[in-house]
Amino acid sequence: MTVLVLLDHEGSVIKQPSRSAVAAAMKLGEVHALVAGTNPEAAAAAAAIAGVAKVIVAGDVAYDHAMAEPLAALLVALAPGYTHLLAGSTAIGKNVMPRAAALLDVQPISDVAAVIDADTFIRPIYAGNALATVRSSDAIKVITVRAASFDPAPSEGGHAPIEAAAAVAIPSLSRFVSAELSKSERPELTAARVVISGGRGMQNGENFKLLDPIADLLGAAVGASRAAVDAGFVPNDYQVGQTGKIVAPDLYVAIGISGAIQHLAGMKDSKVIVAINKDEEAPIFQVADYGLVADLFTALPELADELARP
Amino acid sequence: MKILVPVKRVVDYNVKVRVKADGSGVETQGVKMSMNPFDEIAVEEAVRLKEKGIATEIVAVSLGLANCAETIRTALAMGADRGILVETDVELQPLAVAKLLRAIVQKEQPGLVVMGKQAIDDDMNATGQMLAALLGWAQGTFASKVVIDGSKAVVTREVDGGLETVEIHLPAIVTTDLRLNEPRYASLPNIMKARKKPIETMKPADLGVDPAPRLTTVSVAEPPKRQAGVKLKSVAELVAKLKLEAKVI
Repeated sequence: MTVLVLLDHEGSVIKQPSRSAVAAAMKLGEVHALVAGTNPEAAAAAAAIAGVAKVIVAGDVAYDHAMAEPLAALLVALAPGYTHLLAGSTAIGKNVMPRAAALLDVQPISDVAAVIDADTFIRPIYAGNALATVRSSDAIKVITVRAASFDPAPSEGGHAPIEAAAAVAIPSLSRFVSAELSKSERPELTAARVVISGGRGMQNGENFKLLDPIADLLGAAVGASRAAVDAGFVPNDYQVGQTGKIVAPDLYVAIGISGAIQHLAGMKDSKVIVAINKDEEAPIFQVADYGLVADLFTALPELADELARP
Repeated sequence: MKILVPVKRVVDYNVKVRVKADGSGVETQGVKMSMNPFDEIAVEEAVRLKEKGIATEIVAVSLGLANCAETIRTALAMGADRGILVETDVELQPLAVAKLLRAIVQKEQPGLVVMGKQAIDDDMNATGQMLAALLGWAQGTFASKVVIDGSKAVVTREVDGGLETVEIHLPAIVTTDLRLNEPRYASLPNIMKARKKPIETMKPADLGVDPAPRLTTVSVAEPPKRQAGVKLKSVAELVAKLKLEAKVI
């Protein structure tokens, strides 16, 4: 069995969810990695990932913004050599893989959290309140991988050969216009070892700055609940939850977050969960290893001081 | 321009779902059902486009058991003009839904299909992308803003790093994210009016589609439960626990 993994890349970095997809692919067979777009550094980075046996490069400018229409057509052209097509459950993977699956007359399997065998997978349903084991009868499996469920393949140690893909006709249905990406010096939410998130209890966007010194001290990414995003405190890409990002850091710190089901779906696989909330009945305390019933506006400065102490 | 809006009947988002004792699925008997929240956003967006004079007619489509007609009525009460129910008791997976919707699109010839990005029951996040593929149309997924501009749509999408704007040729598929709009509540007069709006009923065979599922559910289980931990008295105690007991900082 040979598995093709579509990689998300930026400069010389292969995104961590893609390396988790490589780890999932290694449970299925030989792993080939697909790098689409004009990014010469990414091919070398992909070749260095431990476990990748071959890198396929489709160096057409049409793939540069990972638009679904051309990428799905590329995957379909490459599919005959593979038993499985995989990608991380990222914005790109979720956009592209179902489109490719439909073109192949395949029912995709989204957000796979465990590989049982070549046909059988476990995936969360109902915001992670149930885990379904599903078996596919399709000849080729099209899968997105829940990154938090697989330790990413190491970014070094591999020496895979790099090969160019044959050119594929580019559908002219869509055009990239612009991107407005949040700029941050902090680690990405899905890759961070520590995540500190704020909820409705933060009251406004300005107060999110109270999280900054703590995030700096812990090397943490900053996230938010859906309530905080819907209220406009922070941009959408901060959202942790069923419909936002799924994270599983070593330490998750929930500040002023009540713990709605859909938020828990995005963070309950974290190794250690801390909750600070003034409502002692908040459901977040039912999943927190360490809870502190306190007003966050006094607790946060204290926490920053305490962490800064040598 | 005609807009087609597929709507799914799902377990209400406020319900705490329970896995059936025999592990065959999730209990849906006697549980409150509602329109999938992302589909409500899709209906709202279509109604706003009609209010702006861009859309001329909104057709709400639902697929599944006969009681999906209730979900169509909700869409009609929000402002959709008529409904189509594809009635079947077969478990419908996204590929089958996309094929059924393709057949309806070919009959109805809408200029735009607006649909939820994901149903909150199976959490697949696939049907819109698949319908776009089967039709050979462009897709604007996870939309937080949609502007119709003649023969194209400019769609702002919620992506991992922030927002991205794409231009797609019409006809096209748009799937809705949470921040696209806030759906209205149907007023009582509109609920009454919706009762008189027509719903056409058909079967998958009428559309020439075999809806058989490709995925077999082997079992459904509860996820491992997290134990509630301890409540601490102070920030100092918390930091000490994290350093000495959990050893995560």
